[in-house]
Amino acid sequence: MASNEMKLLGAWPSPFVLRARIALNIKSVEYEFMEENVLVTKSDLLLKSNPVYKKIPVLIHGERPICESLIIVQYVDEVWASGPAILPSDPYDRAVARFWAVYLDDKWFPSLTAILMSDGEEAKKTALEQAIQGLDLLEEAFTKCSKGQNFFGGDKIGYLDIALGSFLGWVRVIQIMANVSLIDESKTPNLFKWAQDFSGHDAVKDVLPETDKLVEFSKFLVAKVKGSGTK
Amino acid sequence: MAEELKLFRTWSSPYGFRVVHGLKIKGLEYETILEDLTNKSASLLEYNPTHKKVPVLVHNGKSICESLVILEYIDETWKHCPLLPQDPYDKAMARFWAKFGDEKVLPSIWSVFISQGKEQEEAVAPAVGNLKFLEELLKGKKFFGGKTIGYLDLAFGLLANLVNILEEIVDLKLVDAEIFPLLSAWMNNFSTDPVIKDCWPPRDKMVEKFKAMREPYLKKVA
Repeated sequence: MASNEMKLLGAWPSPFVLRARIALNIKSVEYEFMEENVLVTKSDLLLKSNPVYKKIPVLIHGERPICESLIIVQYVDEVWASGPAILPSDPYDRAVARFWAVYLDDKWFPSLTAILMSDGEEAKKTALEQAIQGLDLLEEAFTKCSKGQNFFGGDKIGYLDIALGSFLGWVRVIQIMANVSLIDESKTPNLFKWAQDFSGHDAVKDVLPETDKLVEFSKFLVAKVKGSGTK
Repeated sequence: MAEELKLFRTWSSPYGFRVVHGLKIKGLEYETILEDLTNKSASLLEYNPTHKKVPVLVHNGKSICESLVILEYIDETWKHCPLLPQDPYDKAMARFWAKFGDEKVLPSIWSVFISQGKEQEEAVAPAVGNLKFLEELLKGKKFFGGKTIGYLDLAFGLLANLVNILEEIVDLKLVDAEIFPLLSAWMNNFSTDPVIKDCWPPRDKMVEKFKAMREPYLKKVA
């Protein structure tokens, strides 16, 4: 393999894989996308490249694997430093973007998935409330980060846009399947508009999974998770 | 202009100590506000409204939360004595292993600490398995950062401090010097490094605190 060859091990439904794809698109980096069917089996390459977690995405740059979606996004930003910047340049703005990205992964995404996956109406209701509270916080964060422009990153999509935007497909799925409103035009108008702008962006639109395909996939996923009795 | 630099932390939180050590490496002066988490100050709630947790670094009125995010902020704002490696790949590896430490290593050690009997025996293997990754990382190096203490050493620093306190309380050796020669040496090198050695919470208070934290878990079995 050439020292600058890029491979991305991923799967089309995964929001985490989407983050890596968007980052690579922003920098106009060519790469080979290797679809993993992780619910069925994991390839030898995946197991070898990510022995710690055995999860996607994995970016393989030359011979070297980089794992964890947000770490991959930062890596891509730093290696292709001459391309459009993904993280802001100011250290405080970077810290704010990183803080919210950590919040999304540690707190918000688990409550989002719990809307679909948890048992019982009470649990689902609690998860929904938590997810909506999170979106209220992000609506407020948007005002501060965007500084009057279209994205968290200002006039172009950045780290926090990618971190949150990668979940939009799943947000839409959950809105349909649980019959709830998450990103609501009247309650979170900034996020509502942002979601449309993000989804239509050149670096995003061709890799964002179609909602109806994701709905079908989610039915299969819920059945599998609940059927096996494991979370 | 005089810089305002404040650190909100508790006397014992290892996450707070990551920032203490980072600020020490950079030679920065700052004000410490010790918080009592049962009675949080209005300032803390103002500076970290989302999580209401420590540590929080306040720099010229702006607050930065989450210990690893704070370390990167410190490193990017004061560029001397770098904490993170310069090379993007090495940086990615440091970030990856720091996350692994928080998500896997520490929780698995905690599981050993709060369990007893058979449950505890079963908790040991995953903890040891996670620690083996760290042992591997130290091959050919004195510190995770190489010749000097860096971001990953600070991220794992709580192991150097906390592990033998927990081992003493449960009377169980996890980081055995025969199985983990490099990690044991690192724990010693890190703890005795001039930058670190005077920046630890008092050991006797820590033993007392963690014994008390273990109590509710013991009562469950009784």
